[in-house]
Amino acid sequence: MKKINPNINRDDKVIAIRGLQKAFDDFEVLKCVDLDLYKGENLVVLGRSGTGKSVLIKIISGLLQADEGELNVLGEDVNNLTPRQMDALRLKIGFSFQNSALYDSMTVKENLEFPLVRHSKQMNQHDRDRVIDIVLEAVGLSQAMHQMPSELSGGQRKRIGIARTLILRPEIMLYDEPTAGLDPITCIEINKLINEVQRRFNTSSIIITHDLTCARAVGDRVVMLLDGEFKRQGTFDEVFATEDERVKAFYNYNFID
Amino acid sequence: MDPSTNKKTPETSTSKYVISRRFDRIFLEIHSIYAFNLRFFKEVFFPPYEFKEIIKQCYEVGVRSLPLISVTAFIIGIVFTNQSRPSLRDFGATSLLPALISVAIVRAMGPLVTAIIASGRVGSSIGAELGSMRVTEQIDAMEVSATNPYKFLVVSRVLATTFMIPALTMYTTFVALLGGYLNVHQNELTTITTFFTQVFDAITFLDIIASSVKSVLFGFTIGMVGCYKGYNSSKGTEGVGKAANSSVVTAMFLVFIEELLVMQVVNAIRAV
Repeated sequence: MKKINPNINRDDKVIAIRGLQKAFDDFEVLKCVDLDLYKGENLVVLGRSGTGKSVLIKIISGLLQADEGELNVLGEDVNNLTPRQMDALRLKIGFSFQNSALYDSMTVKENLEFPLVRHSKQMNQHDRDRVIDIVLEAVGLSQAMHQMPSELSGGQRKRIGIARTLILRPEIMLYDEPTAGLDPITCIEINKLINEVQRRFNTSSIIITHDLTCARAVGDRVVMLLDGEFKRQGTFDEVFATEDERVKAFYNYNFID
Repeated sequence: MDPSTNKKTPETSTSKYVISRRFDRIFLEIHSIYAFNLRFFKEVFFPPYEFKEIIKQCYEVGVRSLPLISVTAFIIGIVFTNQSRPSLRDFGATSLLPALISVAIVRAMGPLVTAIIASGRVGSSIGAELGSMRVTEQIDAMEVSATNPYKFLVVSRVLATTFMIPALTMYTTFVALLGGYLNVHQNELTTITTFFTQVFDAITFLDIIASSVKSVLFGFTIGMVGCYKGYNSSKGTEGVGKAANSSVVTAMFLVFIEELLVMQVVNAIRAV
């Protein structure tokens, strides 16, 4: 079980969501979502597949538009931003994709350089190389710099994906299923990395997962998405101290079955 | 319709609903194509300019197509000359072979053959590449890192095909004429000077302009179709295959339509 980060500032909300709704055709994925993310906090969003967890972080990062509701990220009302303002906000948000989404025609170094070249134009090549070294060292993959993504294992690709999001020093990290498809030992390494990123880069994070081991290891707070709404929230133990059969079934499936 | 109650039966309303949904989808697709094309013209003139990516794509489209184009154009030149000779020989007009080859290759075969080869090689590759990037969320990754994926991926590729297909067309025309010359020289012992004098005498400035306009149009079409199909491909590996396949089929179809339209316009101008 993770010790709650003492640096969480409960007065400083980096993300505030009120009454968020999203439907695809006739299927309502998110019905009425209210959520706050505090500065320095790791918030885990749990839920079964298809409950709209990934949709939620895609809305936060501007990849999808909400149908209804208010979304405030780092003091900006996302619904009323121009594309240019949205791009400026996106530089403060890091998104780690479920399948890493590394550019497969580029080497690891080129993947990491890609956002730097576009958004840190004052940097010369020497500075860029130094920043790349720092993030690769942070994810423990300095030796992979000149490899192609296809030459990396699943866990290594996840780490490089996280390194790529860290390179612009985001304030918020969004992790989409960070441990999906990985072996238990690599999962533990990724969990440690998420906590290390929180500590070292002072990020606030939303971690989308259905892996309870991951939730327990990285979450300062856990929320559970059921029927398009957050039904339970609190620490890991608080969330599962319930008689709700759906929550109990979720727990039992992970730890007993 | 149920005559006793004068109400629509469920079957009728369901089939109408299905038809309506189908029409909706067609109109949405038309709007989507229009918006995709319009966005190109909105984005192409404004910075940031992705010069490095444009040059890389020009290399991919142009230089990498050269071996295939060279062999195909050379063979077409030889075969076309060989096949035309018997008909001209019947009228004792084999001396007109260079002029015939020139008109056929410069006016139609050069641009058309280049466009067909490029549709197969470049169009499918763009469709598959962007489709695969869409499926593996690489396009989303670009977007969340505040990089405009449309500008980086689509504008650069469409510009590359629009610039390089005309260049390849000129090259195809030259190589095909060279193939034609070798065949004519072998059979009629014509010198290269005589051959190319007759070639240039047979074509007009309008032919060259029409050929250039066509190849620019073909290049834009091939790039745009490949990018549209790939960029909007549905999820899954099946979507990638479909994107690559329909890029080729749609681009070829549009190229032939454009060839027909430009030919009509040029003939109208020639008649004036």
